[in-house]
Amino acid sequence: MSAFLKSFAPKSSGDLARIGVMIALAALILFGALRYDYFLSPFNILSFLRYNSMFALIALGMAFVIITGGIDLSVGAVAALASVVSALLSPYSWYAGLAGGICAGLAVGLINGVVITRLRIQPFIATLAAMLAANGTALLLANNQSVSVSYDSGFTVIGQDDFLGFPIPAWIALGAYILGWIFLERSRSGRHVLAIGDGEHTAALMGLKVQRTLLGVYAFSGLLAGLAGVILASQFGAGQPTEGVGWELFAIASVVVGGTLLTGGSGSVGATLAGALLLGMVFNVLNFENGLGWISLSAYWQSVIRGLFLLVVVVLQARLTARSAT
Amino acid sequence: MTMTDTTMKPAAPTASPLQLVSRYGVFVAFLALLVLNIAVTPNFLSWQTLNVNLTQVATIVIVATGMTLVIATGGIDLSVGSLMAISGALAPMIFMGNLLPIDNMALAVTLAFIIPVLAAAACGWFNGFLVTHFRIQPIVATLVFFIAGRGIAQVMTNGNLQVFKNPSFQFIAMGHVAGIPAQVALMVVIAILAYCLIRYTVLGRQIIAVGGNEKAARLTGIPVRRVKTFVYVISGALAGIAGLIVVARNSASDANLVGMGMELDAIAAVAVGGSLLTGGRANIFGTLMGAFVIQLVRYTLLANGVPDAAALVVKAGLIIVAVFIQLRADRT
Repeated sequence: MSAFLKSFAPKSSGDLARIGVMIALAALILFGALRYDYFLSPFNILSFLRYNSMFALIALGMAFVIITGGIDLSVGAVAALASVVSALLSPYSWYAGLAGGICAGLAVGLINGVVITRLRIQPFIATLAAMLAANGTALLLANNQSVSVSYDSGFTVIGQDDFLGFPIPAWIALGAYILGWIFLERSRSGRHVLAIGDGEHTAALMGLKVQRTLLGVYAFSGLLAGLAGVILASQFGAGQPTEGVGWELFAIASVVVGGTLLTGGSGSVGATLAGALLLGMVFNVLNFENGLGWISLSAYWQSVIRGLFLLVVVVLQARLTARSAT
Repeated sequence: MTMTDTTMKPAAPTASPLQLVSRYGVFVAFLALLVLNIAVTPNFLSWQTLNVNLTQVATIVIVATGMTLVIATGGIDLSVGSLMAISGALAPMIFMGNLLPIDNMALAVTLAFIIPVLAAAACGWFNGFLVTHFRIQPIVATLVFFIAGRGIAQVMTNGNLQVFKNPSFQFIAMGHVAGIPAQVALMVVIAILAYCLIRYTVLGRQIIAVGGNEKAARLTGIPVRRVKTFVYVISGALAGIAGLIVVARNSASDANLVGMGMELDAIAAVAVGGSLLTGGRANIFGTLMGAFVIQLVRYTLLANGVPDAAALVVKAGLIIVAVFIQLRADRT
């Protein structure tokens, strides 16, 4: 755990931004706790975790992709596709639904990886095309409507039930983050991911298996998006072919807020989690404002505020980077 | 990963087959689609079909022209769809008097053309400001308006649908100039202006130079910041115009839907049209053809009973093939 904490100690501008996100998260929680009576109530905390686990999973995959200097625009559409596939398979058994969704995500991730590494097409374009294709496939499979899941097979347990007092999606996300952290900070392959983001050419000259690592990173991102899709279908009781619009931007925002530079080469799993929680928390606070009627914020204001929030963070980040560069 | 340093490329005396495909591929694809449609699609050769396709492609071409300039500098503009929503929401508010009471209708309609486009251009300037002043990557800088822009449009209209009937404002989509639909004429004028900008002006050369090698461009005294800001302003303004066309065509403005997914269509048109997405090249004619090809593929599939969802998958494949051919042709 101390190594985990130590990974936030400032070494560069990226680390400064990482500390920033931790402070901002702590400040927001403190603000919420002081201002609202039920902010720290178990109900609010658990539903917050349940709902935000999907976004946290996608953000983790995105963090790895961005650390290699790439981007994955397909994650939202992949989650939608996976939610449809898992809903279609859910009548057979809960694990058929789970496996189906994960495999659908993994398949798109692998296609992304192959297109990027073999055809050498920029990640931006490759995953943009995958986004369109996954969106189209989801609509075709679902026949343009949402697909209800089977309630008999126990599939809904994945998204809706608790384990040891915490929502199962939160456990899944926690497990993924621990694995992701161990992989990035403690394994050789994780070092390779960072090295590739720093300079792909140099990494190749050093004998690293660049292509294979990149393929793995995109497959991982697809897999996590598939898992998020399974949770989506299970939680809302339906596969949603049109859901997931803008999720990729939420994930990118989480990663950026977490201090990972979009140019690749550095990044932190813990700070990405903090970034995802911070973005989710902003909405949670806004909903409390809404519910109590202090300021009557419509849903439309939320996206404006989300944009402003992203603006403040990226400008601050740019400032920090510029200052440490001089 | 991708080599874009065009100065390193030796001048090939004869073009390889791949380079030929890259150079004329869009054109060939366009012709092939025309022939296929004439053979397969019922009633393809009709005034109606031409009209439908041209009016549908007009907004994509207008936005994609701005996108071509942004991409030529090595940037990207994800905010175009949201800026369309802002301008589309503003225009009816002005001539319906919801923003400020204007008695003179002619003045109100004139302002309804000008203010939304200026507002969108101002948003574009802000994008450029973030990119040049704070050195934020274009994809992140324009992400801000991608997220907030639609929200701003929704807040302005309270999320309500604005329905209107105003022939003089709707001229931009419904009217005809010398027998040509006004939006198509506008599309042609904008494409020609952009072509001339790239081809014949110093500013056009500077845009290409900035995208080709920014450091070299700065060292040779090109005002890189000003050039970059300019392309984002133009991209914003063109998105504003496209927003006006869409709401005028629909006789209604829905902030939730105007310009949805337009950034993808525009980027795809640029990619299929042969401009490198890493910058340093701007092919306006290619973008025009790219938009036409995308529109024709969609039309071909829909007219022959293939669902819209399958058209998305085909579009994805098309983008990959187009970009792949370009990259390979560049390397040989």
